[in-house]
Amino acid sequence: MLKTIDIHINGETLCVPENITILEAAKMHGIKIPTLCHFPDQRVKANCRVCVVEVEGNRNLVASCSTPVREGMKVRTNSARVRETVQTILELIFANHPQECLTCIRNANCELRQLAAEHGIREIKTDMSTPLLPLDNSTPSIVRDPNKCIKCGRCAEVCHQVQTTGILYSHYRGINGAITPEYGKTLAEVACVLCGQCAAVCPVGAIHEKDDTAAVWAALENPNKHVVVQVAPAVRVSIAEEMGQAPGTIAVGKLVTALRRLGFNKVFDTDFTADLTILEEGNELLQRLKNGGTLPMITSCSPGWIKFIEHNYPEQLAHLSTCKSPQQMFGALAKTYYAEKSGIDPKDIVVVSIMPCTAKKYECTRPEMKSSGYQDVDYVLTTREFGRMLRQSGVDFKALADGEFDNPLGISTGAGAIFCATGGVMEAALRTVYEVVTGKELAKLEFESVRGLEGIKEATVDLDGLPVKVAVAHGLANARKVMDKIQAGEADYAFVEVMCCPGGCIGGGGQPYVTKRETRMARMDAIYQVDENMPLRKSHDNPAVQQLYKDFLKEPLGEKSHHLLHTHYQKRGL
Amino acid sequence: MEKLRKAVGDIVSELGPEKGSLLAILLAVQDASPESYVSEEAVNEIARLLNTSRSMVYSTASFYSEISLMPRGRHIVRLCINAPCEDAGKEEIRKALEKELGIKLGETTQDKMFSLEGVSCLGACFMSPAIKVDDKVYGDLTPAGAVRVMRELKEAAKNEHIS
Repeated sequence: MLKTIDIHINGETLCVPENITILEAAKMHGIKIPTLCHFPDQRVKANCRVCVVEVEGNRNLVASCSTPVREGMKVRTNSARVRETVQTILELIFANHPQECLTCIRNANCELRQLAAEHGIREIKTDMSTPLLPLDNSTPSIVRDPNKCIKCGRCAEVCHQVQTTGILYSHYRGINGAITPEYGKTLAEVACVLCGQCAAVCPVGAIHEKDDTAAVWAALENPNKHVVVQVAPAVRVSIAEEMGQAPGTIAVGKLVTALRRLGFNKVFDTDFTADLTILEEGNELLQRLKNGGTLPMITSCSPGWIKFIEHNYPEQLAHLSTCKSPQQMFGALAKTYYAEKSGIDPKDIVVVSIMPCTAKKYECTRPEMKSSGYQDVDYVLTTREFGRMLRQSGVDFKALADGEFDNPLGISTGAGAIFCATGGVMEAALRTVYEVVTGKELAKLEFESVRGLEGIKEATVDLDGLPVKVAVAHGLANARKVMDKIQAGEADYAFVEVMCCPGGCIGGGGQPYVTKRETRMARMDAIYQVDENMPLRKSHDNPAVQQLYKDFLKEPLGEKSHHLLHTHYQKRGL
Repeated sequence: MEKLRKAVGDIVSELGPEKGSLLAILLAVQDASPESYVSEEAVNEIARLLNTSRSMVYSTASFYSEISLMPRGRHIVRLCINAPCEDAGKEEIRKALEKELGIKLGETTQDKMFSLEGVSCLGACFMSPAIKVDDKVYGDLTPAGAVRVMRELKEAAKNEHIS
């Protein structure tokens, strides 16, 4: 039984659970206390101080995010003293924050701007404007504007605790204080994996995705270009959210129509190449099991994860599946198979991806991703940039009619859809591997043991008498734990799935603000619903993939596959 | 590089490879450095041995003014820039030191002999204005006195060179 206590907030007596903070207690009872450094699922930092409240008996105001409730406590959250203090704190933050709100990328969803509006900031009284610091746009994925940083520390927390990449941290002291990589290096100079989780938690415009919408608009306007688009599985359960609907709203059909409205010549689906990945990767696993190859085999769909293992475990690269990610398989096929089939010169084809991911922007620029003879994928837009294009072109997303993906690269199964949730690639692979190995049909398609938000999931799957031990990790802190085990030779898994971001791609660094645990759950539930709604739910049942093998690739792991669909990795170190 | 790794490794195993020992490790590494600083290679090696991020080590090192991340001269001249010394004539001392050494506050002489730093209080307010040269504090200083201390050090180095 949860023990409760009585506290008094603004004269009201409230019954709240013990061992929670004043901030949490207030929230439970509909009292809003402003916050900035506080972020759901992160540890308490208590450095921004905008959540201060008055507690009777305390001479000073206290930070409500870090002060636990106690029996009989008397709290004021809206006294003149609190209101004036919060205003002063905000004014001090604004004193060295660029006054560029009108043109800032976070204009519509900046938490600082929102607080300024709510707390009636009408003038910036002090101007301690500090010297202009250089922008870090050294990578294809992330832009850091240190001038806009309010030093809340959310990015450092996610970079160190959730991802253990350990890139961003607070340095120096006082007025010189900055959150950067060590020695003020750029992101390109350190072992950043470009996952964009820092951008996803930044309350202001200090870290954001590199916006590639202008280049995509230009391609769409160019009459000599045939512009095809692929959409990642995660986007169908997050674009409606980006356009103002509830998290977990499914919008497969509207998504297709929206892309047609933007002017794409063909609207294709990354789920198609997700299915293809399963056939290649499933066969690779079977081959490794049969021929004594390096085990466990680890999935390779997530470019942030790939960069992480290249930097942090350069001696373990043989564990990675050689399969390219579905995005890159798509690009390679669009400029070969599709070009051939449609009679369009691949030099005139522009491949655009809509992804939940900032690392995908970097992945498409990797020098080895040119199997078609051209850069296989030209531009990657995150879900947020896609939303931006829809708003710019006046698309009323909710009112759109449902459309259907184009053939043949738009045909997919439910197995392709669940690729975007942690455990989804594993489940999709198991659905196929089981049937290939046993020759029997699965009685139940759902592999519940690999679903859900638990950090590391383990399961043993019975392939008709052959027990196969698998593991699933999401978020790089969890991936690191699994890798340490593998490196120490203490892991007896055959197959491991790793996704870089917490929750998998549905929680990617390019997804709508704000992604917290409940949001991940909602998007995850939605994608399993998408899977259930599909007439076909096993990758090897995909007729377009079967056709692709028949007409073009011939067989999984064949020569053409090797050339177009598989890749190699590089030791990067720290 | 190998030499540095060994030196850092010895210090870390002596003080304990825990994050709680970081400050002591940084100070010891600095003391062991002929250029009185913690180099980038040292930061990276400490991070590796403590199983933490480079940025975490750099964060601690860059926070404390006692730790330098830039190579420094053989002698570190610390000039107190706080109120009591300011009142007692710190500006004249600063000018005299800068003229004698040919560098500004925060810089190191070309011959790597002297680094001149401003510090907040040496705990010697009773004899302000004060400077600290390496481990020795000089108080109730006049500009001429400050110059004399510098010249003595230069002289000592010269003799060392001859012998």
